[in-house]
Amino acid sequence: MSDIADPIYQTDALIAQDIDAYLDQHQHKSLLRFITCGSVDDGKSTLIGRLLYDSKMIFEDQLAALEADSKRVGTQGQEIDFALLVDGLAAEREQGITIDVAYRFFTTEKRKFIVADTPGHEQYTRNMVTGASTADLAVILIDARKGVLTQTRRHSYLAKLVGIRHIVLAVNKMDLVGYDRAVFDKIVEDYAAFAKEIGIEQFVPMPISGFKGDNITTLSANTPWYQGPTLVEYLETVEVDNSTAQARPFRMPVQWVNRPNLDFRGFSGLIASGTVKPGEEVRVLPSGKTSKVTRIVALDGDLDEAVAGQSVTLCFADEIDCSRGDVIAAADSPPPAADQFESTVVWMSDEALIPGRAYWLKIGTQTVSATVQPPKYVVNVNTMEHLAAKTLELNAIGVAELTTDKAIVFEPYADNRTLGGFILIDKITNSTVAAGMLNFSLRRAQNVHWQAVDVSREAHAAQKGQQPAVLWFTGLSGSGKSTIANIVEKKLFALGRHSFLLDGDNVRHGLNKDLGFTEADRIENIRRVGEVTKLMADAGLIVITAFISPFRAERDMVRAMLPAGEFIEIFVDTPLAEAERRDVKGLYKKARAGELKNFTGIDSPYEPPEKPEIRIDTQALTPEQAADLIVERIVGVWSPDL
Amino acid sequence: MTRTLTHLERLEAESIHIMREVAAEAEKPVMLYSVGKDSAVMLHLARKAFYPSPPPFPLLHVDTTWKFKAMYELRNRMAEESSMELLVYQNPEAKERGINPFDHGPLHTDMWKTEGLKQALNLYGFDVAFGGARRDEEKSRAKERIFSFRTASHGWDPKNQRPELWNLYNAKKAKGESIRVFPISNWTELDIWQYIQLNRIPIVPLYFAEPRPTVERDGLLLMVDDERFPLRPGEEPVMRSIRFRTLGCYPLTGAVESEASTLSEVIQEMLLTTTSERQGRIIDKDGGAASMEKKKQEGYF
Repeated sequence: MSDIADPIYQTDALIAQDIDAYLDQHQHKSLLRFITCGSVDDGKSTLIGRLLYDSKMIFEDQLAALEADSKRVGTQGQEIDFALLVDGLAAEREQGITIDVAYRFFTTEKRKFIVADTPGHEQYTRNMVTGASTADLAVILIDARKGVLTQTRRHSYLAKLVGIRHIVLAVNKMDLVGYDRAVFDKIVEDYAAFAKEIGIEQFVPMPISGFKGDNITTLSANTPWYQGPTLVEYLETVEVDNSTAQARPFRMPVQWVNRPNLDFRGFSGLIASGTVKPGEEVRVLPSGKTSKVTRIVALDGDLDEAVAGQSVTLCFADEIDCSRGDVIAAADSPPPAADQFESTVVWMSDEALIPGRAYWLKIGTQTVSATVQPPKYVVNVNTMEHLAAKTLELNAIGVAELTTDKAIVFEPYADNRTLGGFILIDKITNSTVAAGMLNFSLRRAQNVHWQAVDVSREAHAAQKGQQPAVLWFTGLSGSGKSTIANIVEKKLFALGRHSFLLDGDNVRHGLNKDLGFTEADRIENIRRVGEVTKLMADAGLIVITAFISPFRAERDMVRAMLPAGEFIEIFVDTPLAEAERRDVKGLYKKARAGELKNFTGIDSPYEPPEKPEIRIDTQALTPEQAADLIVERIVGVWSPDL
Repeated sequence: MTRTLTHLERLEAESIHIMREVAAEAEKPVMLYSVGKDSAVMLHLARKAFYPSPPPFPLLHVDTTWKFKAMYELRNRMAEESSMELLVYQNPEAKERGINPFDHGPLHTDMWKTEGLKQALNLYGFDVAFGGARRDEEKSRAKERIFSFRTASHGWDPKNQRPELWNLYNAKKAKGESIRVFPISNWTELDIWQYIQLNRIPIVPLYFAEPRPTVERDGLLLMVDDERFPLRPGEEPVMRSIRFRTLGCYPLTGAVESEASTLSEVIQEMLLTTTSERQGRIIDKDGGAASMEKKKQEGYF
C-alpha cells in the first residue's frame, strides 16, 4: 500500500511511539453518521471502498482476496475494483449491484464515521429512507459524464424528506471528463436550481474521483481551480447535530421501569432532546403529573447532568405513575398529545396500504393501533408532482391522515425525530410495512367530544337482566353461518333473551349498499358492522352476526371495540370443498366461471381464527346440534341456574 | 453549553437502548455469551443498562467442550460477578458421537455450534437472543439488521429483512419465530478494545502475550491447551510468546506471535497489524467467499 501516503491517516507514527497519547486522542473523537447515495454506476461502492482503503481499514488478507476477486469478477481490468470490498452478499456480487443497506466504518484523526451504503435502484426507495433515517449528512454522487439525473433528484428529495441538513454534492468520475471545470460548474448550477425547488437551502459541491482518489483526502493537482475542502476534510469538520437537539426542551420516552426492590424505582430511556439535572422539575405525559428528578443513576456513580443522546435512568422525588410508553419532559414545556394527524408515509411492503385497516404504530416507546386514510396525494419522486392515489404501493410516498386508537405524545418530525418518526407494523405478518413522519395534529379530534349519557350501558343490560354479548359467526360462504345463527336466535328468544341478528346479505341491502367486494370495501363493511354491534351491545342486547369476515385483523378490530369477554368468535368450520359442494346460492359456480371477482376461498383469502371462543365442525354436527352447543355455552356461562 | 458526546458515548447509549427495548418487548430473552472480548463488552453494557437491577435475562454459553481452559474459568467468574444465571448447553448428539475439530472438520462447527445453538434456543423457548457480532467483522454482517428476524427453523433470509429506521425496532413475531439482536453492531474492533480499557472490563488472559506451548499446522499457529490435542508424527510443542486476537475452539483458533502483554500494547499491535481479525479463524474459509453468509442462513450466529 505504498500509494497511501496521506498525512490525514498517518497516525502510525503516533501509534508506534506513544500508544497512550494516540488512544487518548481517539477516545475524544466524535461520531458522524452519513449516507452515500447515487445511481447504479455512479461509483458509490468505489468511493466507499476508497475511503476504507485510504483509512487503512483494509487488511492484507482482505486485500489479497480483493486483488484476486478484482481479476476474476472485477470491472476495472487489472486494477483493483474497490466496489468488491463493499458489495457484501453473494447474490448481489453475481448481479453486480448493491441490494440492501450496508453499514461501514472508518476512522480518521478527528472522527469516527459510520457510512450507510444504499442502493440507487428505483425499487429500493425504502432502503435509502432506512439508511438516511440515522444519518447526519448525505453524500449525493453524480457521474460527471451524466450530470443531474432523475435518480439524483429522487435521492435529494428523500434526504430532505428524512430531515438531513448537510448535503455534499460529489461530482464523481472527474477523471473521465478531463477534470474540466466547465462540466463541474454546469452540474452545480443545474443542481442548485433543483435543490432550491425542493427546499434544500445549502449544499457543498466537490469535484472528485473515487477511483483515482482526487480531492478525497488531499486537494488534487488535477483540479487547481477547486479551492474548497476535500471530502474527508469536510466530513471531519461539519458540525454534528447534537447541539441542536440539546438546545431543545427535555424529552425522554420511558423504555423500561427499573424496580429491583421496593426501595428503588427508576425510569430508563434514551434522552431524545434537551438536558436534565437532579433538582429539575419534570412532567410525565400523557398523565401530566409532575415531580422532581432526584438522581441520574449509573453503574459508575450518579451523574450531575445528562444530555440528548445518552441512555440514562432517572429517579423522582414522588411516587407518581410512570411506565413504558410515557414521555418524561421538561415541566414547563411539555409536548402535546393527539390522536389524529397529517402524516407523510413511505410505504415499504409489497402489499399495498389498506386504508382503514388497523396497523401497529410504533413511535418512540409507544405502540398503538392506527389506521391510515386514503392518501390526499402521493409524490412522484422523479418530478416532485403531487398525484391522486387511492392507496400506497411499495416505495410510494404519500401524505395522509392517520388516526390512532388512543392519544399519543408527539412532536412534529421536523422538530424531533424521536417523537415524530414512526413505523407501521402489519398485525398479521408482523413485518414493518411503512415508515412515516407526523407533520402536525388535526384539530378535529379535540372538538368532537363524547356525549356523556345518564343511562349507562350497565343500566341497559341490568334492565334486560342479561349480559350483553356479540356472537360473531365467521366462515366461508355457504358454511352454514346464517342457518345456525338463525336457530341460535330463536332459542335465545325462547329463553326470554333480548337479541338481534345482523346478517351479511341484509346489511348489504341497506347500511352498506355503497360497498363492493374489494379488500378495502370488505374491511369498511366489517368496520361499520362492528360499530353497529357495539351500539347494540351498549343497549344491552345479545347481538348475533353472520358475516364471512375473512380477515383476522378486522375481526380483532371489532373484538378490541368491545369490553373484554363480550366478543364471542364462532368459527363455522366447513372445508372449502364441502362448502363448494353444497353451493346453496350457486355462488361458487359463478366464481369458478370468473363471473364473480374477489370471492372468498376462490380468489380472495380466508384467514381462519387462531383461537375462536367456539369452533363448530359442520361435518360432525347438524345445525340444530351446533345451535344447542352455542346456546348452552352462552347461557350456561352466564346464568348457571337456568 | 453543548456537550459533544464522544463516539464511544454514542455507541454505549445506542447499545443500552437496544438492550432495554428487548427487555421491555421480549417474552423470554437470553444473552449468548461466548466469553470473548465482544461478549465481555456486551455483558458490561447489559450491567450498565439495568443497574441497579441485574440484567433481566440469563447468559447462555453454547459450549463445544473444546474452548480454552482459561475461557471456562472467566465464564464462571463473570456469571457470578454479574449475578446472572448461567446456562451451559452442549449438543448431546455431538457429545455422544464424539464430534471434535481434529477428525470432523466443518461438521464440528455445524453440530456443536449451529445445531447446539438451535437446540438450546428451542429447549428453553427463548424468543430473543443477544449476540455480540459486529458489522465490521465480515461482509454479510455489514448488511444484517440489529433486530434480525429468524423463522421458526432459525433461518435468516437476507433478501427479506425488515426495514430498520431511526432507533425504532420491530420486535413483533409469531409463536415459534425468534429474533437475534446485535447490540454492538456498530462497534469496531478498536472501539471494543478501547472500551475494555476505559471500563477495566475483565477479559480472558489469552488475549495477552505469554510463552505458551504451540505447534504450527496448516499455516496456523495452534496452542496445545490440553492433552486432547493429537500431535502428528514429527510435531513437538514449542514454547512461543503468543496471544490471540479472537477466541474460539482452541484447535481452530490461530495465535499470533507477539510480545504485547498489556492492553495498550495489544491495541498498538492491532492498529499496526496488517491482517484482519477473523483471519485466524478457519470457520470463515470453509466454502469460499460466501461462507459466512451461508452459515448464517443455516442458523449460525
